[in-house]
Order: sequence, then structure tokens, then C-alpha cells
Amino acid sequence: MQSLVTLLKRPLAVALLAILVLLAAGELLSPGFASWRQIVSMVTIAGLLGVVAAGQNLVILSGHEGIDLSVGGIVSFGAFLAGNLMQQTDARILPAVLAVMVITFAIGLANGLGVTVLRVPPLVMTLGMFGVVKGGLVLLTRGIPSGRAAPLLQAAVIRPLLLGLPGIVFIWAALGLALTLMLRRTTFGLSLYAIGTNERTAAVAGVPVLRTRALAFGLSGLLAGLTGILLLGYTGNVFIGAGDGYALPSVIAVVIGGTSLAGGAGSYVGTMAGAVFLVVLQSILTTLSIPEFGRQVIYGLTLLALMLIYGRQRRLRG
Amino acid sequence: MPDTARPARPRRGRLLTQRHPYLLTILVFVLLCGINTALQPTFLLPSVAVSNLSSFLPMTLVAIGQTYVILGADIDLSIGTIVSLVNVIAATIIDSMGGSPLSIVLGLTAGLAAGLLAGLLNGVCVALLRFQPIVTTFATGVVFAGLALWVLPQAGGQVPPAFYEAYAGGVLGIPTVVWVLLGGIGFGLLVRRLRFYHALRATGGNIQAAYQTGLPVARVRITAYVIAGFFAAVAGLVLVGETASGDPLVGASLTMSSICAVVLGGTALSGCVGSFAGSILGAFVLGLINNVIFFAQMPFEWQGLVQGLIILAALSGGVMMARGRADRT
Repeated sequence: MQSLVTLLKRPLAVALLAILVLLAAGELLSPGFASWRQIVSMVTIAGLLGVVAAGQNLVILSGHEGIDLSVGGIVSFGAFLAGNLMQQTDARILPAVLAVMVITFAIGLANGLGVTVLRVPPLVMTLGMFGVVKGGLVLLTRGIPSGRAAPLLQAAVIRPLLLGLPGIVFIWAALGLALTLMLRRTTFGLSLYAIGTNERTAAVAGVPVLRTRALAFGLSGLLAGLTGILLLGYTGNVFIGAGDGYALPSVIAVVIGGTSLAGGAGSYVGTMAGAVFLVVLQSILTTLSIPEFGRQVIYGLTLLALMLIYGRQRRLRG
Repeated sequence: MPDTARPARPRRGRLLTQRHPYLLTILVFVLLCGINTALQPTFLLPSVAVSNLSSFLPMTLVAIGQTYVILGADIDLSIGTIVSLVNVIAATIIDSMGGSPLSIVLGLTAGLAAGLLAGLLNGVCVALLRFQPIVTTFATGVVFAGLALWVLPQAGGQVPPAFYEAYAGGVLGIPTVVWVLLGGIGFGLLVRRLRFYHALRATGGNIQAAYQTGLPVARVRITAYVIAGFFAAVAGLVLVGETASGDPLVGASLTMSSICAVVLGGTALSGCVGSFAGSILGAFVLGLINNVIFFAQMPFEWQGLVQGLIILAALSGGVMMARGRADRT
């Protein structure tokens, strides 16, 4: 019993349990909800959220009130850029992907430099950057959506590869593995935890605090750009603000996955579970044909209920 | 590098900006007024000034409310949706009861009550249940937005002419919008004298120490959220007067601009340091940036980028100015 209680306090276990409960509830309320095909489509959508949330996770882990609210704009920007650079030509995919990654990494790094060198709070810096990226997107598009995915990209993202699972799920799984290894085995990963836990002791121990944090923001931009490319592959062509709504859900996925907003504690596996949970919750509400307002209210209340389970902060002591 | 590790810098040049963290914002404000006057010669006419004020007013009110939450080192991401909720509640009640004087009183009261309750809910979740503020207020914001859609699925509702004419008019020769702003300023000046305000700043500065000193930390944080709910409610009611109808999405953009305005006004997101007056100025600056870009007849596709860059520059500038002070406190 004791071990069950401690297990329930582990965010990853809670998230997985919550996903199972939701799937069961969905199946009960609308038979076919938990069918393999449905699950595949939900995991596919979760993959998009999961990749943005990966970058968000790195930034939040780095502590110092770390948060990246510019990712939504960068997803939109990446999707637009990729679509226009590849122009439905398979041969152009590689240069387009590289260009998008370099540019979005640079945008993320600009966030990182603002936060570390100018010491602007991350919330403000990335919020401001969101405005700039959105403005840049309007300038480039002139308000007219353009750019289409190359056939090969679309195939790589959505064509079922194995067990009916599309390519994006495998890309996501590979990213999960790579990120987990990076966080646990590389100097950069360990430095991230160190500066997130206690910046000063990390600095004294010789961790390059500013460089590590700036790099986390850079990677967050890059992963948001990657999400843009995947989003383009998923939908074929994207409207201008397609990725804007990803910022706050990515933060929520990270938090549900058990990463502390104070930094220094958490894992990407938890975040992946958090992303799946959010998508399952969204689709259960869509399936139940509840009107829009009801969906929103239930969505918000569920998040609050989850906070009640484990999103609580330490009690103040006298 | 952490702050302690940097060598002591001569502080003399910084004293002025430390004492007045929003000095830069004042300069930017004056500069923007100058540019605006050059581009739009009628800018200084009282009627134009009042019409500008009435379009900046909702953002200004929300920024004042957000200031108190941020001074306590919390944040309210639901504040814009509270505006929407109050807006549709008031508009719907006034409309469905036929626009009689009683319906107006009832609509305004219900709107205010909804705003206060929403703020109370935020405060209880954050301070009593110890939920993380960013995620919590995002979640309650989703709930409030859903409720607003339930009350009024689409923009609409009809408010009697007497109501919006009174709002557009004035009392004692002074326009109503000016009265509302003066009310907000009066509130800020009053609160500054209260013990609550000092407790709030102490909580924002070091919550552990504040708690150990015996300050009612939870009550103080809840009060800050209720104040934010109150100002959001007033903004929602002001928007009923301004647009003469209700709109469930009217406050959507106000959350982020309120945070921008607060930061521009020299209030530190880490709490403790700042003032409501700075936030008012910050909101005006944001509004004027929009004005200037509009009147500069800049090509449409450039507007967003230029606006984004100016805001980002102003935000970083404001933060750097306020920093010396925040570091010391």
C-alpha cells in the first residue's frame, strides 16, 4: 500500500494512469474511442505537441524562471519557411530542413542571449520575441498563406510504417531516446540540471551557466522549427498562424509530465506522457460532441484537478 | 554568471534610473507623444486625447490589476478571459432584461461580482492550494473563456443607448473615461497607504521571510488576485460601454499586453519592486506604439514586425533600467 501511494506521487505514473482512465472512459462513452486506429491518430497529434514540448522542457529545466512563449510563433514560422523552401520538390527537402533548423536555432539563441546577456526575464523576452516572429511572418507572407509540403516529407510524416504507426511517431520516439540520453549522459544535460537546481553552486563548480542556458533556448527554437516542418508534413499546407497555439499547451505538457517549473527536476519521458494526455483529453471532449464552451470548461477543470494531485508547491514553514 | 560573482560596478550613474525605474518609459512616452503629434497634428486636441484614452482604457485597467499580482511575485494569465466573461455577463443581463435602469444596475453588479469571484478562485488555487501560478491561471483562464462562450456564444447583445451615451458623455464636464482612469489612480494611491500593500511587497520579495515574520501571506496573495479580478471586471464593463455590446473574445489579447505594460512600467516580474503608476504609463506606451505605426502609414505587412521590435526593445530597455534596483532590494 505504501509503495502504491509513493507510486501515485510520481508524475509519470499519474500521467500514464490518467491516460488509461481517459481511454477507458472514452471507450465506455463512445465505443471505438480506444481502438488502435484512434490511438494511432492521437499519438500522431501528440507527436507534434511532444516535439515543441521537448524544447520547452529543456528551457524549463534550466531554471531561472525559464519558459519559452515564443515557440508557437516559431512553429508557424518554421512551417511557412519549410513549405516555401521545398516547393513540393523532394530534392529540396534536405536544404529546406537545414535552413529552417539554422534559422529557428538562431531565433531561439537570440532569446537565450536576451535572457543571459541582457538579463531580461524569460517570460518577457520570449513574449516579445513571439511578437517579432509573428510580425516577420506577416511581412514575408503578406497575409497570404503559401508553401506546400514535398510528397516525400508528407510520406515520411504520415505514412504508416509499422503497426499502422506513421513516421512521425518514430521520429518522436527517436527524439525521446536522444533527448533522454542527452539529459542523463552528456555534460550539457547534466549542466542543465545543475544550473536549474542551483545556479550559484553550478557556477562555482565550473558549469558555464550562461552558455548552457542560452543553448537550451537555442535548442527550444530549433525543436519548435522542427515541429513546424512536421506540421507541414502532417497537413500538407499550413495556414499562417497554424502553430501559434502551441506555446501554453507545451508548458502544460511539461508540467503534467512532472518537470518542476522551478527547474532542475524532471524528465522528457514524463513530458511525452503529458503531451499524450493533453491530446487524449482534447479528443475525448471532441468525441463526446459537447459544445465548445463545455469542452473548454472541462479541459480547464481537468488541468486544475491534475494540479491538485501533484502540481502543488511546498508548504511554507515558520 | 550569478549576480554575486560579478565585480562591483560603480553605481553612481545608475542612481537616477534606480530611483525611478520607469524613467526610460517616461522618455519613450514623451518621444511617442512627439512623434504622434508630428504625424497626427490633432493628437493634442482634447477630443482626440479622450478618444485615445478610451481606446487605451481597458488595457490600462487590466495592467493596474496585473501589477498587484506581479508585485506579489505571482502572475495572472486569466485576466483577459475575466474581462471577456464580465463583458458578456453584463451585456447579456442588460440586453435580456430590456435595458431598463434596473437591468443596468443588475448587469453591472453581476459583472463586478463575477470578476471578484474569478479573482478569488485564482487566489485560492494559488495561495491556499499552492498550485503553480502560471499553469493554474492558464487553466482557470480556459474555464473562464468557456463560461464566456456559454453565456454568449457570439458577439452581440444590444445595450440601451442611454448606457453607452452615458459612457461616451461625462460628469461635471469631465468625460466618463477620465473619471474611470482617475478612479483607478485613486485606488492605487489609496492602496499604497495600506498595510496590505507593504505585506504584498514583502511577500513578493521573500515569501518565506514574510511568512516567518507573521504576515498573512496567503490572504495577501488572494487579495492581490481579487484586485486583479476587480480591475478586469471594470475593464469588461468599460468595454460594454465602448462597444455597446458583448463579445466573448474581447479580452483575448489583454492578458499578454497587460504583462507587457506592467514590465514596461518598471515592475519586476520577480515581485516586490514596481508601481501601478508605471503600469499605467506602460499601457499608454503600448497604445501609442499602435497609434504611431498606424499614422506613419507604414505598409501593412511591415506593421507587425516594427511593432514587435519596438515592444521587444522597450521591454528589454525597461528591464535593464529597473534591474539595478531589483538586484539591490
